[in-house]
Amino acid sequence: MRQASPVLAVRGATKRFGGLVAVNAMDFDVAEHQVMGLIGPNGSGKSTTLNLISGALPLTAGTISLRGTPISGLPAQTITRKGVSRTFQLVRLLPSMTVLDNVVAGAVFGHRRLWGAEARAQAETLLERVGLGGQGHLPVGQLTYIDTKRVELARTLAGDPKLLLLDEWLAGLNPTELQIGIDLIRSLRDEGRTIILVEHVMDAIRSLCDRCVVMAAGTKIAEGTPAEVLSDAEVIRAYLGDDDA
Amino acid sequence: MTLTASDLRNLVLAALALAVCALLPFGGSGYWLGIGVTIVMFTALATSWALFSGPTHYISLATAAFFGVGTYVTGLGFEVLPFWSLIGIAGLIGAVLAALVGFATLRLSGVYFVIFTLGLAELVRQVITWGQNMTGQRGLYVLTDITEAGIYWWLLGLSAAVYLGGWLIGRSRLGFALRIIGDDETVAAHSGINTAFAKVMLFMVPGAVAAMTGAILAPRYVYIEPSLAFAPILSFQVVIMALLGGASRLWGPLVGVIPFTLLLESISSNFPNQTTLVLGVAFLVIVYFLPRGFVGLLEDARGGLRKRAGGMA
Ligand SMILES: Nc1ncnc2c1ncn2[C@@H]1O[C@H](COP(=O)(O)OP(=O)(O)O)[C@@H](O)[C@H]1O
Ligand SMILES: [Mg+2]
Repeated sequence: MRQASPVLAVRGATKRFGGLVAVNAMDFDVAEHQVMGLIGPNGSGKSTTLNLISGALPLTAGTISLRGTPISGLPAQTITRKGVSRTFQLVRLLPSMTVLDNVVAGAVFGHRRLWGAEARAQAETLLERVGLGGQGHLPVGQLTYIDTKRVELARTLAGDPKLLLLDEWLAGLNPTELQIGIDLIRSLRDEGRTIILVEHVMDAIRSLCDRCVVMAAGTKIAEGTPAEVLSDAEVIRAYLGDDDA
Repeated sequence: MTLTASDLRNLVLAALALAVCALLPFGGSGYWLGIGVTIVMFTALATSWALFSGPTHYISLATAAFFGVGTYVTGLGFEVLPFWSLIGIAGLIGAVLAALVGFATLRLSGVYFVIFTLGLAELVRQVITWGQNMTGQRGLYVLTDITEAGIYWWLLGLSAAVYLGGWLIGRSRLGFALRIIGDDETVAAHSGINTAFAKVMLFMVPGAVAAMTGAILAPRYVYIEPSLAFAPILSFQVVIMALLGGASRLWGPLVGVIPFTLLLESISSNFPNQTTLVLGVAFLVIVYFLPRGFVGLLEDARGGLRKRAGGMA
């Protein structure tokens, strides 16, 4: 069951907000080139777990290591520069900038730290890749919802991250867009990136994930292949009564 | 670094404008030279202020603190050191002071930052007053042979340096980082930007410039004392001029400084003691009618024209 040298190792990760334990002693590993699904009902602590990994929030207890080196306690910018990059559940773009500059931002300050023409070329390549080729000059205020998600993904990729954290990136897409999105994420894995996918869309989980960790009320309740966890009695119980089941 | 044709044209135009401005003292009018000194002084202060506050939206009221420190550097040192070195020392002290203030406060949210910077001028003033009381002085005489024209040229050079620096920062990683921070600090950190470091670095620019401005202007005052050197109204004037012009463009503050200086000048010669009232009214006008300053007006007008032209095509 244990993979050799995990990219990410989460041990006893805990986050308390006052009296609420949003993430409770989470343990899991993510192996190189793997897509790991992080699933569970709304409010079960998935986004908070991503926040702990990306450095958006400090841990209350526990450790998180990247290739054996602890990253918990480091500021978000340091973790980003080590090659961890994320999208946000509620899309965050830079409102005063064009589509291209939004993506250039990721290229300039991310893992690779490009500048000038090189950064722009990288950004244009990525816009092409997410399906926004030639749209770089648009102000982000004019984009449709799916396009804002595309820009955010392109910005995230622009720093050439090794570990990608996607928080419900496929949510809110129509069936055609969903298929495009799934293919895009698969192509990211095929080029060697390791991905943690927080997702509700079962089709995407089944077709993309090598392994899944299931959370309920901040705690890990199951772990295994998508087929295993989705037939697990406790997982079904956790999802029952939740409209995402 | 690559320069486009329009960059080169702008540089040449700026150099020409600078050369023309440098001729003012030869005009022979002491009155206009005095106004010229005020304009270049506020140009340096407001433009450097906007370099930091424009992208970050942090309102700093620390100008008077840095300025006052600068005047005291000249006041204490003019008998032993050459003037140019005092300006440099003032800039260094201003930058260091700004870095300390920045590390202490730039993690705070905007409101706390405003209050802290306002308090800073008062704090430094109290410290200097205390120091003077200990040595039994009230103020300092700054008796030099530096002329009004000399002060004007020093300030003009400083303003030119601020413009050049601002232009270079705008093209640099640091400038880009500050724009991202101004848009969304969480995204900035998650893009790999050391947000605290970037903010502190840029806050050092207005700190250094304000201290250098104070050092250059000290000889003009002849006699300096804490209440004059650290007068908080200076901080408010700088904010209002920068916002009136518009802090989102390098040239924005200048567009506010010139009309506002002329307005203040005519008011203070006709109705002395009404300066504060003018500042208050100007502030209300900005908040209610010109949230993006003259720059915003111009850009809206240009956008409107383009739209109309597009509609006809
Ligand atoms: N910044 C925060 N402050 C307080 N409570 C929070 C915060 N972020 C999340 N929570 C709470 O933590 C729990 C888990 O939230 P979240 O991680 O967003 O769940 P999920 O992403 O699985 O839907 C929820 O009860 C939520 O209200
Ligand atoms: Mg969530």
